[in-house]
Amino acid sequence: MISFILNQRQLDIREKPGQNLLDFIRYQQDLTGTKIGCREGDCGACTVLEGRLRNNELVYRSIISCLTPLGNVHGKHIVTIEGLNLEQLSPVQENLLNHGATQCGFCTPGFVISLTGHTMSSQPSSTAAAIASVDGNICRCTGYKSIERAAISISHLLKDKDPERPLQWLVNNRFLPPYFAGIGKRLSGMAQERPPPGPAATLMGGGTDLMVQQPHNMARARLDLLFDKEELKDIRAADQQIIIGASATASDIMQSSLLQKHLPRIGKHFKRVSSEPIRNMGTLGGNIANASPIADLVIYFMVLGARLRLVNGQGERTLPLSSFFIDYKKTRIKKGEFIHSISLPLTGKPYLHNFEKVSKRTHLDIATVNSAMLIEVHEDQIVRCMAACGGVSPIPRLLKNPSAFLTGNRLTAANLRRAAEVLQTEIAPISDVRGSAQYKRLLARQLFMAHFLELFPGRFALNELIS
Amino acid sequence: MQNTDSRAHLTGRSVYVDDIPVQKGTLYGKVVFSGVAHGRVRKLDVSAALAFPGVEGVYTAADIPGENQIGGIISDELLFADKVVSFCGQPLAFVVARDENTAREAASQIVTEIEPFEAITDPRIACEKGQLLFPPRTFSLGNVARTWEQCAHVFEGSTETGGQEHLYIETQGSYAYPTEQGGIRIHASTQGPTHVQMTASRILGFPMHRIEVDVARLGGGFGGKEDQATAWACMAAMAAWKLQKPVKLILHRMDDMAMTGKRHPYSADFRIGLTADLRILAYQATFYQNGGAAADLSPAILDRSLFHSTNAYCIPNTEVTAYGCKTNLPPNTAFRGFGGPQGMFVMEAAIARAAHELKIPARKIQAKNFLKENDAFQYGQIAKNVNIGRCFETLAGKYPFEALDQEVDTFNRKNPLLKKGLAVMPVCFGISFTKTNMNQARALVHIYQDGSIGVSTGAVEMGQGVNTKILQVAAFSFSINPQRVRIETTNTTRVSNTSPTAASSGADLNGKATQLACNALLGRLLEAAARLLGSAPGELFIKDEEVWDKVGKTGIGWEELVSYAHQDRVCLTENGHYATPVIHFDRTTNKGHPFAYHVYGTSLWEATIDCLRGTYVFDRAVMVHDFGNSMNPDIDRGQAEGGMIQGMGWMTMEELLFDRKGQLLSDNLSTYKVPDIYSVPKKLECHALETTGPGVAILRSKAVGEPPLMYGIGAFFALQNAIRAFNPHALVDFHAPMTPERVLMRLYEGMGLPNLAPAQTSEEHRQES
Repeated sequence: MISFILNQRQLDIREKPGQNLLDFIRYQQDLTGTKIGCREGDCGACTVLEGRLRNNELVYRSIISCLTPLGNVHGKHIVTIEGLNLEQLSPVQENLLNHGATQCGFCTPGFVISLTGHTMSSQPSSTAAAIASVDGNICRCTGYKSIERAAISISHLLKDKDPERPLQWLVNNRFLPPYFAGIGKRLSGMAQERPPPGPAATLMGGGTDLMVQQPHNMARARLDLLFDKEELKDIRAADQQIIIGASATASDIMQSSLLQKHLPRIGKHFKRVSSEPIRNMGTLGGNIANASPIADLVIYFMVLGARLRLVNGQGERTLPLSSFFIDYKKTRIKKGEFIHSISLPLTGKPYLHNFEKVSKRTHLDIATVNSAMLIEVHEDQIVRCMAACGGVSPIPRLLKNPSAFLTGNRLTAANLRRAAEVLQTEIAPISDVRGSAQYKRLLARQLFMAHFLELFPGRFALNELIS
Repeated sequence: MQNTDSRAHLTGRSVYVDDIPVQKGTLYGKVVFSGVAHGRVRKLDVSAALAFPGVEGVYTAADIPGENQIGGIISDELLFADKVVSFCGQPLAFVVARDENTAREAASQIVTEIEPFEAITDPRIACEKGQLLFPPRTFSLGNVARTWEQCAHVFEGSTETGGQEHLYIETQGSYAYPTEQGGIRIHASTQGPTHVQMTASRILGFPMHRIEVDVARLGGGFGGKEDQATAWACMAAMAAWKLQKPVKLILHRMDDMAMTGKRHPYSADFRIGLTADLRILAYQATFYQNGGAAADLSPAILDRSLFHSTNAYCIPNTEVTAYGCKTNLPPNTAFRGFGGPQGMFVMEAAIARAAHELKIPARKIQAKNFLKENDAFQYGQIAKNVNIGRCFETLAGKYPFEALDQEVDTFNRKNPLLKKGLAVMPVCFGISFTKTNMNQARALVHIYQDGSIGVSTGAVEMGQGVNTKILQVAAFSFSINPQRVRIETTNTTRVSNTSPTAASSGADLNGKATQLACNALLGRLLEAAARLLGSAPGELFIKDEEVWDKVGKTGIGWEELVSYAHQDRVCLTENGHYATPVIHFDRTTNKGHPFAYHVYGTSLWEATIDCLRGTYVFDRAVMVHDFGNSMNPDIDRGQAEGGMIQGMGWMTMEELLFDRKGQLLSDNLSTYKVPDIYSVPKKLECHALETTGPGVAILRSKAVGEPPLMYGIGAFFALQNAIRAFNPHALVDFHAPMTPERVLMRLYEGMGLPNLAPAQTSEEHRQES
C-alpha cells in the first residue's frame, strides 16, 4: 500500500511502486493540468511539488512526476496545479499573467509549480534564486524574458515573508490554499513504514536514470526503494572524513553546510548538474551505480580520493570510487550489494578543487566532457595532483598519467603543457551525438588547463597554456 | 489585453487533445515505423501483434479503405509505406489496443524485414543524381552574367544551415470517434483542420461532410502541425471507423521526433559583386533544399526562400536558383519563417564574406543597400511604405554602432580569455500566403438574443493570441465590452474550406473576415435601431454599448437593441468572407505582387565567447520592429521575443544530427537542446517602430508571427565576429548552427591542436545519460 496526500485528499493505493507518478495523476486521478512533454525529465511540463516531513519540519521541493516512481511518494504530500488553485489567481499566477508569460500554455502549469516551489523554499528569495527555480522548465513560445520578469516580481513579493511561519504567511497572502496549513499534521499522522521489498528487488534511488532508460520494466519490477531511507541520506563528518550517504540528492549535497565549508564552490559547480527538480531527485548512489562515462558527481568526487562503501546482508567492503568502474556501464558491484555511502578524506587543509563541464547547452544538459581536479602545491612544487575526465572513455576516468607526471614537479606552464600532452595518451573519446572525437580531445585539454586558470588566478596567461 | 486563454493556462484548465475526457471504450494507438531509411519491404508480419491479448486491430497500407495518400501540394506521400520505405520513421503499421502499454507491447511483436538500398541524406548528392521532388525554380532580375565585370569586388562562398525540430511541447495527437450517420469526429492538434478533413476523407473514401474536425488549441505548432498533424489524425480516424470505437493516438516524444519532418536544412553557394562604394550590383545563389522523402510543403517553402533571398536589400541584378532535393529523411516541412530564414542566411553570409575580405563591419554594406520606397523586388512587386532604413536608424540612435565597436575592441584588447562580437541583422518579410488562392478566410458570427456573441473562424489558437485578436476585432467593431465575446473552437462544420493557420496571416485573414461579418451585423442592428427610434440609420452609431445619434445617447443600450432586433426578426448571424485584395503572382514569369505588405525590422546582437571552453553568452539582443499600429502590444511583444529566441536556438545550439544511414541521432530532449532560461540574452530589448500600419493589415496591426525569428541569424554572425577577435586565422565559413563545438574548433584552428589519434566512431555508447 502506498499512502500519500494528493492535493487535499489522502490516497491509499495498491499500484506498483515503479509506475510513474505522472500517468497516475493524469489518467487515474484525471488531473490533466500536469502535462506530458518528454517523459525524460528534460522539459518540466510535468513538474509537481513534493512535501515531506524532515526532522518534523514540512519541506517542499519541485520534482519531475514522469520520473518519480509512485513508491517514492509514500508518506508525502504531492501538489499539482489543481492543488494550488484558489478562486482568484495566486500572486505567482497573477504575475505570470501580467507579464504575458504564457502563450500556448502547455508548459505553463509546470512554471507555476516551480515558482510556487520557490516561494516555499526555506532560503530567502532572490531574483537569481527565483529564476533558478524554473531552470528545469522549457518554454518554446515566449523566449523566457516575460517569465524572467514575472519571476523577478514574484521574488520582490517574498521579501516580506515571515521566516518563522513561512507556510502560514504564504496561505495568508494567497500563494497557497488554506489546506496547506494542516498538511504537516496530517503527514505526521500517516503511517511512514512500508513493507519490505522482497527478494531480488531492483534497487532504485530517485529514478532519474532508471525511469528514463527502462520505464516499462520499472513499472512492473519489484523495487527496493532507497530514496527515503534516512540512514542513507546522512552527510556528516567523522574521523577525518566526510561521509555522504548514497541517497543524498544532488540538492542535499550542494546545500550541505559541511560540504560548502570544505568545497566553497560546490554550489556554483552543482548548478551545472542537470536542473533544480532533477537535483532534488537524483541521488549520489544512483549517479555512481548508473556508471555513465560522464557522471558529473562521480567525476566531482573521484579526485577527492572518495572511497565507496558497499554493503550486503553479510557485511561490507570499501574500495576507491575510481576503481569501481570496469568498462562501459560495468562496475565491481556484486549481487546483493548496494552502495551505502562515499567517504572523502580530510587533510586538515581546504581542498584546492575545481570542476569543469562543457555541454551543448550550458544548463540542464549532459556533459560532452567534464573534468575535475584536486591539487596541493607547496612553494611551487606540486605535492599532489588528481585529475579526472568524463566523456573521453567508456568509464568516468581518473587521469593517472598527467596526475603522476605533475606530482613532484614544479607548477610551470611548460609542465602543464607537457601534462596535457600526456593526458592525450590516456583518453580515447568517440564521436557521438554530443561531439566529435577531435572536439572531445581538444575539450579535455582545455578543461585540464581551465583547472589551473581557475585555481591559480593570475598565475598563467591563456596563451602560455595552449600555445 | 492579455491572451484570453491565460487564466485557464495558469490554472491548468485549458484542454488540449490528450486532456479531453475520454469516452467509454476508448482505444489507444501506437505507430510502428521503419528503422531503415531506404529499402524494399520484404516482410511485414502483424499476426503476432493482432493475436496479442487486448489488441483490437492492426492496420497497414492494405487496410486503407480509400486512397493511401496524404500528400498536400504533390500527391507523393503514403500514410503507410507499401512496398518501399523511403525514410527512417516512415509509418508501416498502426496497432490499436485497450491501453497504451498493450499497444506498445503488441507493436514490438510486429516482424519486418527490409532489404536496405542506398540512402541519400545530402541534398547536393541527391541533386547530382537527379533526385528532385519537383522542378527547380529560378528568380531573377536584371542580368547577373553581364554585371560581374562592372563590379569592383566579387566574392564567393558556400553555406550550410541545419534543420530545426519544432519541439512544440505538446506532441502530435488526435482523438477520433464515430458519430451518427456514418460520420467521424476528430479532435486534432493541427494548424490545418481542413487539411486533416480532406486527407481523412481521402484515406477513408468518404465525402468531406462525413468528417468533422475540431481544434480547441495547440500546445505549440510553429509550422510543425500545418501539414504533419494529418497522418496521426487519419490513423486514428481510420481505426475509429473500422472498429466503430473511439481511438486516441498521442505520439511519444521520441516517436514524434523520429517520424515528423523539421525545418529544411539548406546547402547553398553564393556569389556577390559590389561596387567600390559598397553597392551590391549582383547576387547569384544556388540553394539545395533538403526536402526529405516527399514534397510535403517543400515547393512553397522553396518559393519563399527565393522571395526572401535578397532580404531587405535592393539588388539590381540577381539570379537565384533552388532545387528541392529528395533525400531519405522524414519529409521536411513548415517551420516559422517557411524557407525565408534559409534564404536570408545565404544573403547575410555573402555580405559577411565581403565585409571580412574588405575588413569593414558588415553593417556598412547592409546599410548601403537597403530597399527604398518604390524599389522593385526581384519578383516584381514595388516596395511601398518601406521601413527598413528607419528601423536601422532607430537602432543606431539607441546604440551608436561606432561607439559599440570601440567598447568591444577595448574589451577584447583587455581580455585574453573572453572575446566579444557584434552583428546587425535586418529583416524584410512578406505577408500573405505566396499561393494567392490560400489568402481567404471566413468567420461565422452569432449575436445571441441576450447580446452575447460567439465567433467561429478558421484560425487555430496555438499561443500566438489569434483568438484574442479576433475577440478584440469583434468587440471593437460593435464597441462593446470584450467580455460579451467568446471565440469558439475551430471546427470544420462551422467554418469550412479554411486555409491553415500559417504564414503569420491568421489574424489578418480571419480578423478581416470577422470584421466584415461584424460590420454587416452592425448595419442591420443600426437599421433596427433606426426603426425603433424613428431616425435614419446613417445618423446612428454604437459607442460603449449604447446607441448614439448626432445629439448624443439615445437611451438604447446594446442588450435592448439586440433584443429588439431579434423581436423584429432581424438575422443576428453573419458569415464574413475575406479575400486579400490586390495580390497576384504569375508562376511562369515569377513576377507579380504576391504580398499584401512587408514587415521590417533590425536587430543587434552582442556575444561573449569564453575562448578557453568555447562556450558563449549573449549579452544583448535588441530589436527595432515594425509592428504597424499594434492592436495588442502585449501579445505582439511576446511573439517578437519568442521568435527571436527560437531563431537564436536554430543558429546556435539546436543541432539535428543524422547518421549516414539516415537515422536521427538527436532524437530526444537530452540530445536535442533548445534554449532554456539561461541561454537567452542577458538583456533583450524590443522597441516598436512608430508607424501607422497598412490598411490591409487587421486594424493596421501588422502580422508578427514569423518575421522576428530571422533576427536570430544575427546570433551566428556575432559569434563569428567574436571568434575572429581571438583567432584572426579562423576559417570564415558559414556552417550553422554555431554550437560550442564549432566555436571551439574555430577558435583553435591552425593553433596546434592536441595530438590527435585517428577518430574513432562507435555506436556502442552513443546513447548516454
